[in-house]
Amino acid sequence: MENMKEVILEYVIEEYCDEENDDVTFETPLISGGIVDSFSMVSLKRFLENKYKISIPDADASPENFDTVTKIEVLVKRFQ
Amino acid sequence: MAYTDKIKEIYQNQLKGIQDAGLFKQERYIHSSQDAEIEVEFPAGSAPKRVINVCANNYLGLSSHPDVIKAAHEGLDTRGYGMSSVRFICGTQDIHRELEKKVSEFLGTEDTILFPSCMDANAGVFEAILTSEDVMISDRLVHASIIDGMRLCAAQHDTFKHSDMAHLEKKLQLHADKRLKVVINDGVYSMDGDTAKLDEMVALCEKYDAILFVDESHSSGFIGKTGRGTHEKCGVVGKIDIITTTFGKALGGASGGCVSGRKEIVEMCRQKARPYLFSNTIAPVVVSGVLEVLNILSKSTERRDKLEANTKFWREGLTKAGFVLKDGDTPIVPVMLFNAKLAQDVSRDLFDLGIYAIGFFFPVVPQGAARIRTQISAGHEIHHLEKALDAFIKVGKKYDILGKTKQEIIEKYGS
Repeated sequence: MENMKEVILEYVIEEYCDEENDDVTFETPLISGGIVDSFSMVSLKRFLENKYKISIPDADASPENFDTVTKIEVLVKRFQ
Repeated sequence: MAYTDKIKEIYQNQLKGIQDAGLFKQERYIHSSQDAEIEVEFPAGSAPKRVINVCANNYLGLSSHPDVIKAAHEGLDTRGYGMSSVRFICGTQDIHRELEKKVSEFLGTEDTILFPSCMDANAGVFEAILTSEDVMISDRLVHASIIDGMRLCAAQHDTFKHSDMAHLEKKLQLHADKRLKVVINDGVYSMDGDTAKLDEMVALCEKYDAILFVDESHSSGFIGKTGRGTHEKCGVVGKIDIITTTFGKALGGASGGCVSGRKEIVEMCRQKARPYLFSNTIAPVVVSGVLEVLNILSKSTERRDKLEANTKFWREGLTKAGFVLKDGDTPIVPVMLFNAKLAQDVSRDLFDLGIYAIGFFFPVVPQGAARIRTQISAGHEIHHLEKALDAFIKVGKKYDILGKTKQEIIEKYGS
């Protein structure tokens, strides 16, 4: 079975990073660190919903809950 | 409800938070007209100081041009001061429509609608033409006013990496099922000064049946051989479906903006765009001034040619001195310092030397990408740029950043 954190990290790097900022880890602040802006977060939410067949309510798709890969995994598991 | 101590405290705490984060914005009072040299009172209460301005959007030096001022006076005398009405009740004069036609001619579009500002044009256009069945796909570095406009619109949204055409194509494929797809970007990016790849975007939009939107606020009047904008530079005049632009920068610098493009889209804005429907349009005095600006620019390319030469001089001077610049050939020339405090210190020292240039740092630009954004004007003479260059070199030496790479500056000052 795929490791969820690995899958999310891979998507984050592919979708949001370039050569200058691809050293992202599970704990790297994504939103507060300026890697993912709150407006671009929507593609991450859509990816998680499609990949894990869940629906994340807008109220839970907050910058705090999306700030690290570890926090995103916690969020996804809440809705699985 | 009374304005209680509790309410007051909420705002005082928020303001303190902004101050503590080093993000508190303070205005500097200018005691002269906008020009290459201005009189600035800073800090507040001090005697005004004459400085060379390298941070205005006055790219063509037309903000205080005598012919523009004369035309504005004539507009004031013949069409009055205000309209006291929105456009569709009794707020449209012959000169408003005349300006719309002239802008269409200048940009090479089918039709144009004026807005009180380009911020309003961007805030109104998406909601007027899209529904929840549609998608907006925007470059990640588009201007804040576009983001606000997208937020006001029911259509879905997605983003692509800055100027990354392969990523944009992926997103166009991902959203193939949507009724309408709109690709959204700036012609020239205001913080980095780079230019959108409009030729490639036109090709992608044709391939995937998407509408192409470009904000030309930092391009109209001077980018391209005759200053029509990024679409002229990229050889795609007539192929951009929606152009928004401002009259508050190169085109006289007063205020106002527009949506220009396909006639059905412009007509939809006339019927549905809320900033058009619910606020007065551009004042007659400004309309008259902008008409004269377009007249000047249609007769000669002298000013955009001078701007191009000034920009070349400035970029070459800074590069030779050993500063790290963002690549590009537009009059927006970011001098990269990477560290926010360093950017503020350099700005302050430049002001002491008679040069007005502002530092930009997170969240206006990405973390670790602090800079002094310089903007060159056709209003600058070479002696202005030489003096500014001298000051930059003096300050660069003081902080020992000349000839240093990005990595070396970050090692010395942090990011």
